Amino acid sequence: MMQLATPGKFRDFTLEAASEAVQEFRNQPGTLIVALHKLQEIFGYVDEAAMPMLAKVFNVSRAEVHGVTSFYHDFRRSKPGRYTVRVCQAEACQAMGAEQLTAAIKAELNCDFHETTADGKFSLEPVYCLGNCACSPNIMIDKQTYGRVSPASFKALAAKLASKVEDGE
Amino acid sequence: MAIKIYIPRETTASSLGAETLVEAIKTEALYRKIDIEIVRNGSRGACFLEPLVEVVTASGKVGYGPVQLEDVPELFDAGFLQGGKHKLALGNVEELPWFKNQERLTFARCGIIAATSVEEYKQLGGFVGLQNTLAKDSKGIIQDVLDSGLRGRGGAAFPTGIKWRTVAEASADQKYIVCNADEGDSGTFSDRMIMEGDPLSLVEGMTIAGIAVGATKGFIYLRSEYPLTQEILLEAIANAKAAGYLGNNILGTAHTFELEVRMGAGAYICGEETSLLESLEGKRGQIRFKPPLPALKGLFGRPTVVNNVISLATIPVIMEKGGKHYANFGRARSLGTMPFQLGGNIKQGGLVEKAFGLTLRQLIEDFGAGTATGKPIRAVQVGGPLGAYFPAALLDTPLDYEDFAKAGGMLGHGGVVVFDETVNMAKMARFSMEFCAIESCGKCTPCRIGSVRGMETIDRIVAAASEPERDAQHIILKDLCETMESASLCAMGGLTPMPVMSAVKHFKGDFQ
Repeated sequence: MMQLATPGKFRDFTLEAASEAVQEFRNQPGTLIVALHKLQEIFGYVDEAAMPMLAKVFNVSRAEVHGVTSFYHDFRRSKPGRYTVRVCQAEACQAMGAEQLTAAIKAELNCDFHETTADGKFSLEPVYCLGNCACSPNIMIDKQTYGRVSPASFKALAAKLASKVEDGE
Repeated sequence: MAIKIYIPRETTASSLGAETLVEAIKTEALYRKIDIEIVRNGSRGACFLEPLVEVVTASGKVGYGPVQLEDVPELFDAGFLQGGKHKLALGNVEELPWFKNQERLTFARCGIIAATSVEEYKQLGGFVGLQNTLAKDSKGIIQDVLDSGLRGRGGAAFPTGIKWRTVAEASADQKYIVCNADEGDSGTFSDRMIMEGDPLSLVEGMTIAGIAVGATKGFIYLRSEYPLTQEILLEAIANAKAAGYLGNNILGTAHTFELEVRMGAGAYICGEETSLLESLEGKRGQIRFKPPLPALKGLFGRPTVVNNVISLATIPVIMEKGGKHYANFGRARSLGTMPFQLGGNIKQGGLVEKAFGLTLRQLIEDFGAGTATGKPIRAVQVGGPLGAYFPAALLDTPLDYEDFAKAGGMLGHGGVVVFDETVNMAKMARFSMEFCAIESCGKCTPCRIGSVRGMETIDRIVAAASEPERDAQHIILKDLCETMESASLCAMGGLTPMPVMSAVKHFKGDFQ
């Protein structure tokens, strides 16, 4: 039996809200990445419109903000689905059928990696190791890792999450 | 009095349903009007037994596992709260051969205590190392670490004491301790397990490092794939601080040490120490040229100790029992113990801490009980995505830094990933190149471009229409790997050839 992940409820992006959220990092050395994480936590992604503001707060060029945001796999540039599903592609999971699981998940959600389902419920991303290699194959939905996932257990889990969205949770 | 039940709050257990299990046990106990207290420990490391539930009875702890939600009413019926008989009953789990045959120094407390409790940590020797440290000067502390023979457990195996001495001897207005918790290697989870199961050992180890080298500030750079670990670490740090083991005037002395957890953002390369430092400075995680060494010019240009989680979490036991005690374990230049991690296609996967020197076969067969699928082992990758693939014929290689290097591999972070006979090694070799292409920081050409050319070359080898054509491509691949190995700036491009060429060497038949 698996537990449900906390649904990602994201606010609509506004520059005012973004600016307010990162003020605490002003004059804190090296906290640009911490700030980007915070923006993503609130809005689900880092909006292009936040870049010039971040450049000002951190006293760096816009190019640098862009460079940092684009370097790290975690930072998204567009709003994700309600749930982000990460499917491990690394060796230990491959040894336990990650390839077949990935194909089944893509078919189930009718969506490829780096895409969001048409109904906006799920975004699908690859991930390289979730640190649960003795219980492969693994996936992560938002902040919850699931071990020994099969196509059937994923299907059941996805259906449960999808119905939660429909119930307005 | 309430009956104490230990259920791990830990990623593996949680991934297999531990959180719903906790709720179900609470509900069932309430319904049956039984007074229970649930204690959240870490995992003992036997992943195949998770979720492992342990009940404190009159005759000691009795384990049940792996427990599924549907087992709960039955367990209550069987009187598991009094250690009653049930098909999932394991008795005292420490008596199981899987645990009994381990030598736990770093992981001595992991899974046994409430993970973030200072009280329980102290009951099992916690903070004794710090007390001993406070009685010594910098030279004396570092001498203990040198005596222990501890080498960096992150993979590079550089002597920890020498690194500390370099930082201690450097003079600067500010020095830093940085813990590399960006455990990105596939097949490794020991960092996560200790941080979730005994986080205070890392806190104590970093504090000791700070006192030894004169650093007052520490950072734990944790990978973002470990959100639960972050939660537990923050709790442990807050508890340590409240008890006077962190912050100003540690235990009434003049020493100060502050600790901060910073999250990575999904870049594998940030496990490389100079990339990690760039990332901590809020920049792109591109590697730096060495020299200057981080020990002299590290975080924000200041002398910095960058150590792996396991190295730092091993410091408390070294300072508690002495460097020489630690060096009694292991052999030759591989002293002490190593937490090996058994993953992939393995029946009994998990964490096995043993002195260096047991063979790969003993680890996989005696502890791991062979493959999960029951099929014969075909390949084993040791040391993460940059480690070599060994065929079954090399299973008798002793797990020792030097022996592994001699056999053409590396121990790295101690991750062991097992594959059964269904694996296609050309595919795995191609994946190594692909992974390098995805995760390269892009600074040097052999890594950035070489990995892409490597993928293409392996594709051409597999698709070759004739033997001469295939051989010609094999020559190109070998040449490319030699270039990557000798001309890349860091281990990412420099070691990607290791899995690739070991796959070619031992499984050439798959490349067609």
